[in-house]
Amino acid sequence: MRQDKIIRVLLTAVALTAIAGLALITIFLFAEGVPFIWKTGAREFFLSDDWKPTVSEHNPVPHFGILAMIVGSLEVTAGAMIVGVTLSMACAIVLTQFCPARLAAVLKPAIELLAGIPSVVYGFMGVVTLAPFISEHFGGGNGQCVLAASIVLGVMALPTITSISVDALQAVPRSYFEGAVAMGATRWQTTTMVMLRAARSGIVAAIILGMGRAIGETMAVIMIAGNSIMIPHSLLDPVRTLTANIALEIGDAAPQHREALFATGVTLFVIIMVLNSIALVVSRRRAGSAAS
Amino acid sequence: MKILPRIPPVVAQRLAVTGLWTLTAVVLATLGLIILFILWRGLPHVTWGFLTSGPGGIDEEGGILPMIVGTALVAGIGVLVAAPIGVGTAIYLTEYTREGRLTALIRFGADCLAGIPSIIFGMFGFAFFGITLHMGYSILSGALTLALMVLPTIVRTSEEAIRAVPRSYRDVSFGLGSSRWQMVTHVVLRCALPGIATGVVLSLGRAISETAVVMLTSGSSIGMPHSVFDSVRTLALHFYTIAQEFGPTPQAYATAAVLILSVLLINITAYYLMRRFVTRVR
Amino acid sequence: MSETSKPKLVIRSFSACFGDDCVLRNIDLDVRANERLAIIGPSRSGKTTLLRSLNRLNDMEARFHFTGRIELDGQDIYHDRMDPAVLRRRVGMVYAVPVPLPWSIYDNLTYGPKLAGIRGKSTLDELVETSLRRAVLWDEVKDRLRESAHNLSGGQQQRMCLARVLALGPEVLLLDEPCSGLDPISTAKIEDALADLKEQYSIVLVTNNTKQAARASDRTAFFLMSELVEVGPTSTVFTAPRDKRTNDYIVGHFG
Repeated sequence: MRQDKIIRVLLTAVALTAIAGLALITIFLFAEGVPFIWKTGAREFFLSDDWKPTVSEHNPVPHFGILAMIVGSLEVTAGAMIVGVTLSMACAIVLTQFCPARLAAVLKPAIELLAGIPSVVYGFMGVVTLAPFISEHFGGGNGQCVLAASIVLGVMALPTITSISVDALQAVPRSYFEGAVAMGATRWQTTTMVMLRAARSGIVAAIILGMGRAIGETMAVIMIAGNSIMIPHSLLDPVRTLTANIALEIGDAAPQHREALFATGVTLFVIIMVLNSIALVVSRRRAGSAAS
Repeated sequence: MKILPRIPPVVAQRLAVTGLWTLTAVVLATLGLIILFILWRGLPHVTWGFLTSGPGGIDEEGGILPMIVGTALVAGIGVLVAAPIGVGTAIYLTEYTREGRLTALIRFGADCLAGIPSIIFGMFGFAFFGITLHMGYSILSGALTLALMVLPTIVRTSEEAIRAVPRSYRDVSFGLGSSRWQMVTHVVLRCALPGIATGVVLSLGRAISETAVVMLTSGSSIGMPHSVFDSVRTLALHFYTIAQEFGPTPQAYATAAVLILSVLLINITAYYLMRRFVTRVR
Repeated sequence: MSETSKPKLVIRSFSACFGDDCVLRNIDLDVRANERLAIIGPSRSGKTTLLRSLNRLNDMEARFHFTGRIELDGQDIYHDRMDPAVLRRRVGMVYAVPVPLPWSIYDNLTYGPKLAGIRGKSTLDELVETSLRRAVLWDEVKDRLRESAHNLSGGQQQRMCLARVLALGPEVLLLDEPCSGLDPISTAKIEDALADLKEQYSIVLVTNNTKQAARASDRTAFFLMSELVEVGPTSTVFTAPRDKRTNDYIVGHFG
């Protein structure tokens, strides 16, 4: 009995260490970044696309407006969702509704394997195959643009969206499916009218989490998006995301510049926290109503 | 009023299924293309010499031995630190506390942090371990940051694996006179082990592939590390560096091939572990 | 049946609740040494809760609280100094649904003894054989000890669970509807085993099956809606119950 008490204390310490470590990151990030936003003024920071952080003779006063990067991140993510959701919904529906179980057992791990490919390899493949293709067939430049980034990020977000959607579809009670079939519906009708509707919240959660994955991606985006600090006007314009901005500049940043990058990090953190919270709420609502 | 002719349901189904399977095939083809392309272009250059020597004067030539060692150390130490803490926390949450607002909050925090992009962890590691704790660019800084990054995932997957163990097993263990810790080690962990191992192995895969974090915490030194305080360049970062600077050279493909093979190996291991888990706990 | 010696288990003024839900009210009951005591009654009468209170398994429930006393050989089982693990080795339980641990039969049986510190292959082997013989399972599994316990049939699994408890060397056996879901042959085997086991152990058998109680017990206690209505020798309770409610239940007016 005494041994149990010691172990309980040890485990509590371990758990507290974990929690402390993770809380530390959040606190540190906000402590470094939020004061900067306060100092610079939220309007100038979020709504100006003038990002010139390094002081030089042409630029005596540094400017820290991240609007171009915010738009960049949002546009690239939106594009990634168009590509990713289409492809992953197709895969999820096929895997759960139109695929014999044995084949599905092979295909599902194969799709999950996509998640394991390093992001730098994705970026590389984009630069080597996709960008030249876009450059040749759609317009000038080297092909590193919003379109290329959207396609690559869409494929990268795909395994996340697919596997959570598959789980959501598989969780639909069999009675729903059997009920529809008993009324003479084809498999496709059953899928669209019953299964997808029933798995709706799980699928929405999957998409939101995929969105979080896309908006947080760094290395692939650096390689394929072009990294110009400008608000893109067309799909073929190069773009810089919030993540790329941080990664490219933090190594050599002067203290004030570094604070600005932390503020960028805070922005990113908040966006993703909001997305994840929505996803959690949505999926819990489904679990609640399905249980009743 | 219906203007369009009504498509019979069976035809609609055939159209839809064909369309969906086409898209699925596109996805699978993409996967295959990436892996095969890299292996086709890279494997011929993955020689024994490549694997066991260091880079020459310029990045473009030479082998990747310091990168292999560096990656193994950074990812290995990181997971070695995160796994006991993560599994211990999961055990604490499931077996030693009552379900309540506190545990829900912890779980929410872990879930959220699992979704935070790696660049933010990298930024934190750079500023906290690198600057505040004066570790600079080092293996240790990278390992600790990676540990923090994979910790939420390990906690979550371990917790799920532990929860999957039926409650009746716990009752039986108590009924036979075990203490709580004996029940946890002899029954719960024994059953949950494959599930927990899957999570740890997948985290190792993530740590190996991770680039943004190590770029900001372990630096980019191409020399062979002699201590954990040395800067080092991991495989993924090396690939990124030479690909960005020199383009698609044989060295780049070869490095990518080694990366992909390690990741494949890890995913296949995780897959088989997961299957064992599913059959064990009936 | 020793009437003269002190009872094995003494339950006095015992009330138990889970949060606000009170499932046992003021129970006074003795379990005598070497007897088979059947506890009957409709569902939700508190029978299982009483059983689980006897070996402190209810400690695991967050909202469990109780008043009153339970004594084993004169010692308060809820006293701080009583180690629950030791108690559970002296008062063993078999559950309604057989729960073999996902190991071999041998490992299932030796788990408890190993927890208690028993080592040595020959000691453990002997323990395994003795327990399986007492549970009337030895002949059926003696060549399969290293096989997974999941491969056994339902009736065999339940007898294995009984053997698992016997391997601890308990003094009291608690059985919570052990034959629910078993075929008549397995049920008969278990009831026969219990008849022999009472020589060495005191047995408390909770059952929803009044006929089983009539067949396989020496005394019977009737519980209804958290209260102990009546207790007495089985033949008396079944032929001439004192309380009208007992009669109604046995006859089948409600259940």
